[in-house]
Amino acid sequence: MGDVQKDNAGSRAPVFRTVGLTKVYRGDGNDVWALRGVDLALYEGETLVLLGPSGSGKSTFLNILGGLDHPSSGQVFFRRQELTALDDNALTRYRRDHIGFVFQFYNLIPSLTARENVALVTEIAANPLSPEEALALVGLEERMDHFPAQLSGGEQQRVAVARSVAKRPDVLLCDEPTGALDSATGISVLEAIEGASRELGTTAVIITHNAGIAAMADRVIAFADGRIAGITVNAEKLPARTISW
Amino acid sequence: MTPLNKKLYRDLWHIRGQALAIAVVIAGGIATLVMALSALDSLQETRRAFSEQYRFAHVFAHAKRAPDWVAREIGAIPGVLRAEGRIVQDIIIDIAEMQEPARGRVVSRAAGGQTHLNDIVIRRGRDLRHGYPNEVLVNEAFAQAHGLQLGDVIHGNFNQRRRALKVVGVALSPEFVYAIGPGDIVPDGRHFGILWMSREALEAAYDLKGAFNNLTLRLTRAASLAEVIVQVDRLLAPYGGVGAYGRADQLSDAFVTSEMEQLDHLAVVIPPVFLLIAAFLFNVVIARIIQADREQIGLLKAFGYSNIAVGWQYLKLVLLITGLGILIGWAMGAWMGYAVTGLYRDFFRFPFLYFQVDPSTLAISAFVGIFSAVIGALSAVRRAVTIAPAVAMTPPMPSAYRTSLLENLGLARFLSQPARMILRYLFRWPLRATLTITGIAFSVAILVMSLFFFDAVNKMMDIHFFETERQDMTLTFVDVRTDAARSNIDDLPGVLMVETFRIARAKLRLGHRQERVGIIGIDGDMELSRLVDVDGRVVTPPPEGIVLSEKLAELLVARKGDILTVSTLEGRRLVRQVPVVRIVRLYIGLGAYMDRRALNRLMGEGDIISGAHVLTDSKIEPTLYTSLKGVPALLGLAVRRAALNVFSAMIREHLHTMIFFYLTFAALIAVGVIYNSARISLSERARELASLRVLGFTRREVGTILAGELAILTFVALPLGCIAGYGLAGLLVNLFDTKLYRLPLYIADSSYGYAVLMVIGATIGSAWLVLRRVAQLDLIAVMKTRE
Ligand SMILES: Nc1ncnc2c1ncn2[C@@H]1O[C@H](COP(=O)(O)OP(=O)(O)OP(=O)(O)O)[C@@H](O)[C@H]1O
Ligand SMILES: [Mg+2]
Repeated sequence: MGDVQKDNAGSRAPVFRTVGLTKVYRGDGNDVWALRGVDLALYEGETLVLLGPSGSGKSTFLNILGGLDHPSSGQVFFRRQELTALDDNALTRYRRDHIGFVFQFYNLIPSLTARENVALVTEIAANPLSPEEALALVGLEERMDHFPAQLSGGEQQRVAVARSVAKRPDVLLCDEPTGALDSATGISVLEAIEGASRELGTTAVIITHNAGIAAMADRVIAFADGRIAGITVNAEKLPARTISW
Repeated sequence: MTPLNKKLYRDLWHIRGQALAIAVVIAGGIATLVMALSALDSLQETRRAFSEQYRFAHVFAHAKRAPDWVAREIGAIPGVLRAEGRIVQDIIIDIAEMQEPARGRVVSRAAGGQTHLNDIVIRRGRDLRHGYPNEVLVNEAFAQAHGLQLGDVIHGNFNQRRRALKVVGVALSPEFVYAIGPGDIVPDGRHFGILWMSREALEAAYDLKGAFNNLTLRLTRAASLAEVIVQVDRLLAPYGGVGAYGRADQLSDAFVTSEMEQLDHLAVVIPPVFLLIAAFLFNVVIARIIQADREQIGLLKAFGYSNIAVGWQYLKLVLLITGLGILIGWAMGAWMGYAVTGLYRDFFRFPFLYFQVDPSTLAISAFVGIFSAVIGALSAVRRAVTIAPAVAMTPPMPSAYRTSLLENLGLARFLSQPARMILRYLFRWPLRATLTITGIAFSVAILVMSLFFFDAVNKMMDIHFFETERQDMTLTFVDVRTDAARSNIDDLPGVLMVETFRIARAKLRLGHRQERVGIIGIDGDMELSRLVDVDGRVVTPPPEGIVLSEKLAELLVARKGDILTVSTLEGRRLVRQVPVVRIVRLYIGLGAYMDRRALNRLMGEGDIISGAHVLTDSKIEPTLYTSLKGVPALLGLAVRRAALNVFSAMIREHLHTMIFFYLTFAALIAVGVIYNSARISLSERARELASLRVLGFTRREVGTILAGELAILTFVALPLGCIAGYGLAGLLVNLFDTKLYRLPLYIADSSYGYAVLMVIGATIGSAWLVLRRVAQLDLIAVMKTRE
């Protein structure tokens, strides 16, 4: 795959830069190579979609970017900072200040209402949206005082998106955010991500198995067998609302 | 190994910390049971063997002077196997190396070992020989306390004559296993000794040729103790008999019985507390595991495993943990039983002490252990059995939470999100929170109860030695004397203050109930030895009537105003009607008190005393002792300081071991309960906590949520535990209410403090163990899987 960084380098500064990133899970006898040397740069404000077969290393890559996991070798830079050099406390700090996550399973706190789930993050963030603003952004201002058990799956996922964007993160990392949802609901979630990234200038990375979703990206990265198999630049990205599957 | 068994062992390994904590709590219950029962068995078997081999008597009677043929006549009473007359006399002993005189009880013994009843074990030296009237055998405790060697000479005052005695042997007797001096509350081997001397020598010394003043009997199995006593009393009455009594009233044997009763109570009270807590832990832990395994259970059933097979799977887990607990409990219990039995060997004087752990003890303890574990786990296991395959395949919805009551009261705006999470979690699972609080409260309660023993005994000691008995020494005389003797005592060197008293043996009767007691006659204005009730009030017997201790009143079923029939057993042996004028609660003994003059009137005698309490000038005490050793009429001398020392030493050695065991167990319970509940809430909320970590909460912040929850539960439990501890102490007070003593229901503030601090310590320890796991939360694994 070689020199992938020259595409789209432009004048924008990279948010992330990875150099020779590998991840090996050591097992007894047979090691699993989740990543086999990934070099990639991500730029301010762009929306990236990661595609690839199951087991190709997408989640592993995303988790390392988000500071949830450590690579076996290689480096990750967030702006000037080398993430791979940070200890656990500094990584927590980093997640708190810069990263928003959305997972396939919404991971809301069942004992907190929608508003409180968002407040959980805004209370510890430096310059957050108000929980109300964040929930309005995902169209849930009417359901703010409901507990997760009182919300549908799509609504729960939108709360998770609101919770992620409320702190105005620099990067929004989404791992199969629509995986558990039907098409219409999934699109409402994608719209929420798209809206946040537009309004707040957030860089977004979305993992999906749904090739249709690639249309809303600036760039589409194809993973295969722990490597980047190809990068497609969308000349014109489509709004999420126009996508369907 | 089948896959199911593999799963079982992996599950067990996964919860090893919790499993161990539960096993230890079970072990605590089993160990206490095994300890108490094995010590009880050992004590019982030892006593039985000693009593039988050395023919310990069943009935004892004292008289003034009865001719030998009366003993033969008594021997012919139906039910009496054998009656043996002997001479028993209290004397003053002068030991060269000790300043103060010691008291001794001389018991006659046929030279050459012709004694049939109450035989002795000669531990060192040899038996008495014919024709050597100055030879003496001493009891082991006395010999050890004074380092007496064979051939050493000690002096005794016999019937006002001083006499040198040569120690030829050291012995033990079933009669003096617990050799306690008259009026003492604990045995003092240094100040009270048993001396065995030849019958001839004592006959000569006390002018009892062909007569005896003490009689002991062995009975047939079928004999009626009460009937024999009536006969013996009738036959001995003309010779100054003061009333026969059985083993239950023989002081030494009564103490052994009382100790065995305590062990018995221990076996009944303590293990259930442990096993209850173990049952509760099983309930919550297994319920949690089954909750987490729902889908797997559904799957197994979908594959065709039967309900029973699935239920058995979880029951096996319970049984494995219980089995571990039982094994630990057996080992600990046997070791503790051995240690406690060792304490008894030093405390009581047995020539041998069988230690044995009966197989039935092991079986019983294992049975109750398994029984309580299964009861505890049953409802959780039943839930596993009733999970339908289809239901199990659908993941549970997020739990439905509500805003908590506290928040609705308007407190919400003061609470951070984590604080709300804690509160709502507690209110969401009120039953679990209640159970955890109960568990923690129990450990506080057990701690309070253990410390209560200390406080109660200290309080007892305080009241006895500093409120009631404030004299430096108590002198008793060979014969009751007129009050004139008082001035003679006054004249002794170093005597600062003298208070006289009368003591008279009597039988108190009300309806068909009767008790033998020594009625104590005191002068109204006593300063030294006072009658003080449990509330610290000084009670003065009114000029007429009798004051009973509560326990005595209880035994006689007497109330204030009842008229007792009092048959005095000394002097003119008058029978009179005496009203009960007051009932007081006392900790020690079965007291009956009267005004001294009233008692003397009751006896039909003049101004008589039996002894005196004196306050001395400690600087010239040695001179006083020397003078006292020369007072021929002196029968006994009790030194308060010595008694206090002995009592404290006994508490140190005896009680400390027991309390140490309890404290250890209570701490284990605390850790077991708190650790388990923290682990459960961690596992239930791993996902939530991991989410928080992903969102950028630090470990410390996430830990605070768990720790905060524990802290709230603990703080609610602490006061409840203190109250429950007081309740348990009250229960013990009722159980340990014996003729010999009662425990005061008194718990020092500091004991509550220690109990609370220890549980807080256990909470911090458990929290620390669990919080280390927060650091190890696998963020990715948690986020990747659905709940
Ligand atoms: N904890 C682990 N231990 C061992 N191997 C692991 C572990 N986590 C992931 N892997 C392996 O690493 C490889 C990459 O996993 P990853 O989750 O990144 O794949 P993915 O591209 O996200 O797949 P999917 O589309 O199915 O989510 C897989 O082969 C997986 O089996
Ligand atoms: Mg994945």
